[in-house]
Amino acid sequence: MRPEWNDFVGGKWDKEINVRDFIQRNYTPYDGDESFLAEATQNTKDLWNMVLDLQKKEREAGGVLDMDTKVVSTITSHGPGYLDKSKETIVGFQTDKPFKRSLQPYGGIRMAEKACSDNGYEVDPEISEFFSTHRKTHNAGCFDAYNQEMRACRSSHIITGLPDAYGRGRIIGDYRRVALYGIDRLIEDKQAQKDSTGRVMTDEVIRLREEISEQIVALKMMKEMAASYGCDISKPSGNVQEAIQAVYFGYLCSVKEQNGAAMSLGRTSTFLDVYAQRDLANGTFTEEQIQEFVDHFIMKLRCIKFARTPEYNQIFAGDPVWVTESLGGVGVDGRHMVTKMSFRYLHTLTNLGPSPEPNLTVLWSTRLPENWKRYCAKMSIQTSSIQYENDDLMRVTHGDDYGIACCVSSMVIGKEMQFFGARANVAKCMLYALNGGVDEVTKKQVGPKYRPVAGDVLDYDDVWDKFMDMLEWQADVYVNTLNIIHYMHDKYCYERAEMALHDRDVKRYFATGVAGLSIVADSLSAIKYAKVEVIRDEDGIIVDFKTTGDFPKYGNDDDRVDSIAQEVVHRFMTAIRRHHTYRNGVPTTSILTITSNVTYGKATGNTPDGRKKGQPFAPGANPMHGRDTHGAVASLSSVSKLPFNDAQDGISNTFTIIPGALGKEDKVFSGDIELDLNN
Amino acid sequence: MQGRIHSLESFGTVDGPGVRYVVFVQGCPMRCAYCHNPDTWAMTGGTMMEPSYIIEQYERNKGFYNGGGLTVTGGEPLMQVDFLIDLFTLAKEKGIHTCIDSSGIAFKPGNTEFIAKLDRLMKLTDLVMLDIKHINPDKHKELTSQPNDGILAFCSYLNDRNVDMWIRHVVVPGITDDEKYLFELGYFIGQFQNLKALDVLPYHTMGEAKYEKLGIDYKLKGVPAMDKEKVVEKKQIIVQGIKKRRSEM
Repeated sequence: MRPEWNDFVGGKWDKEINVRDFIQRNYTPYDGDESFLAEATQNTKDLWNMVLDLQKKEREAGGVLDMDTKVVSTITSHGPGYLDKSKETIVGFQTDKPFKRSLQPYGGIRMAEKACSDNGYEVDPEISEFFSTHRKTHNAGCFDAYNQEMRACRSSHIITGLPDAYGRGRIIGDYRRVALYGIDRLIEDKQAQKDSTGRVMTDEVIRLREEISEQIVALKMMKEMAASYGCDISKPSGNVQEAIQAVYFGYLCSVKEQNGAAMSLGRTSTFLDVYAQRDLANGTFTEEQIQEFVDHFIMKLRCIKFARTPEYNQIFAGDPVWVTESLGGVGVDGRHMVTKMSFRYLHTLTNLGPSPEPNLTVLWSTRLPENWKRYCAKMSIQTSSIQYENDDLMRVTHGDDYGIACCVSSMVIGKEMQFFGARANVAKCMLYALNGGVDEVTKKQVGPKYRPVAGDVLDYDDVWDKFMDMLEWQADVYVNTLNIIHYMHDKYCYERAEMALHDRDVKRYFATGVAGLSIVADSLSAIKYAKVEVIRDEDGIIVDFKTTGDFPKYGNDDDRVDSIAQEVVHRFMTAIRRHHTYRNGVPTTSILTITSNVTYGKATGNTPDGRKKGQPFAPGANPMHGRDTHGAVASLSSVSKLPFNDAQDGISNTFTIIPGALGKEDKVFSGDIELDLNN
Repeated sequence: MQGRIHSLESFGTVDGPGVRYVVFVQGCPMRCAYCHNPDTWAMTGGTMMEPSYIIEQYERNKGFYNGGGLTVTGGEPLMQVDFLIDLFTLAKEKGIHTCIDSSGIAFKPGNTEFIAKLDRLMKLTDLVMLDIKHINPDKHKELTSQPNDGILAFCSYLNDRNVDMWIRHVVVPGITDDEKYLFELGYFIGQFQNLKALDVLPYHTMGEAKYEKLGIDYKLKGVPAMDKEKVVEKKQIIVQGIKKRRSEM
């Protein structure tokens, strides 16, 4: 074996690219508590203060400190940038200095221009000219191919948030490969992949060969970029510092080239712990040094920034990067995958203070070690910065080397990726069903001219049938719009750096999403269990409702309405599955509009559940605000009934609770802890 | 036997270990000045419920109660011993952790019929959280309208039967925060080996609104909420009392 791999247990991984095999043979589960953790070093504190200072300046400057307007960002477009070179143990920024946002026009030149102009900058006219005249962008490609119906649906927001003018994101490179194998070995592998393609030059084979070539170019550029920082990543990493640096360089290349809606990191901590354990055993580094590397790594991840427009920030509530890192979980062999490195990652919340980025996500299982559970709970209480996901649910589908992209999208690292597809507004679709495809806000005929409901009182069976017909139409136009988007994204804004760190034949999830589920469930429940009269405007379009009597509301563990929500999700997914998907992507859907529920609500008229025109939707799969009146468990129980098989891209529930309701303050309450009579 | 129930809470986090399904029974003989559930006082009203219904509700969402369980509070649970026996019999069949949050007021050492039932109930009970309002008999009477001798005897009773016990004590400024009595309380409970935890709660004024709504005079009007930081110190005094007693044993 290679000298960098001394002391590692060999296996399949030393003959083929197989990071999971390396982890499983070499990692050390850690059952202890957090007492081993080291404090921030002086260098860490100094560097972090510099970042805090830059953050302050950025806020004072109105949200953006500096933007590149001349240099189109690529992996090697910018020279090295530093905070303080003498103190940084992990290096690398997206541009030649921290907090300077890069220029990324491949998704769409107008978006890039607007991101600059809205923040008081102007893109170099030569670049604007080049990307308007000589080099087509993803955005231009989409609009070349859209049909009238797609444009109308886009304008009326019945399908919305589409990634046709910005990077789709949600693809996680296996950045660990850079550390474990080094770039040269990865290039060799990619070359072999290219040689292994079919000889009959079908569209698919040609595309694959071109993509692999692009990936090889990206890998070569990664080496060059690292070299500009004085680092050699052509060979495998020899210790934990090099390994963290290599993982970060891999990630950095992705964010230099892609301004994606979510640029997640993957599942790196347990992998890196193998190196840390070896270095501790050999006396190469101390715990304090290793924590310093981790702190500096996380600090860099907190400095990832993109140029974005105010409209974008409105959809996504701020300008999140979604540097999601998945921690813990349980392996398929039954051993938990919590290591000391998992603790070190969370410990950055203490050493650097709380932060939403990177989005530290604990893959939760009932079988996690007790000390880890306690530590997670403690850090959650102290920092409110940890996300939790159900590993027991996802392991069944994805095994034990998957990660989360964005907030809930699960994918096997390096083997699966996702075509992100924003979402369909099913609440609006239900209103289209009532009005025969006429938009209730613009009064335009957007959907098909089906027969609208007749009479003054809504009949459940009639509405349900019409809604199901309209849902089929919505799924049709939605999937086909996404087919165009992903075709064009691959063509004009291909994620070569991320895909270079994937296998040749990846499984592609074709992600869709729904918004407005709880409104639909409650509205249909109102129609079924109460009396809903329609109010028409002068043109005969239903614009409001008069609901008499009470009806079961989603969020109260009441099967009468929860079953409606389940059925809507199932029928939506069934409709989606009927269609051809780009590159034979496996269709999935999500119910996770965590931030965009406000903008979707603005574009949707009055609904039979009593929600007024313009009022926000509930986020994700949440019950509508204030309608879950039977306590938290009943509310959560309604959500948990939604079928995961039909919403495999994730179901999110935003749950807010006052701290006092989650238990008494730790100082006052001893709980079931033994009375400590010694102090 | 049916229970007279005030309300059910599916996500209790402060009434015993873990997340708990909490049953609030209707009816209590105590009239504690700072009671924040005066709506549970009346021995009439509420809803009559079958124990099987409550267990069904619990089982429906049992995934949430891992490491938690079922707590009956109120009101005063021990006023409905027959109901509790039936409820906890069903609960134990399902392996549910059972807890009673009581003032102990119903405990009458001389009442053999009651004690016989209580003996049965305690075999089905994993934890009793006993709220001692005041260690001094006179002060207790003043505060709650009831004597405390039975309550204190209840501690010995639980200790003899090896039922785990948490002691709860609410610290009200100027009423239950006298250090002399806090130490005495600690000294008293220190003798019991079944004492597993001490839960010292700062008095809050959130109950006051309920009194207004019910048209009941609020006796502690004007008494400020207890400073949370100070409660930590008060708790230490009780702990000192416990230690003193233990060192003498």
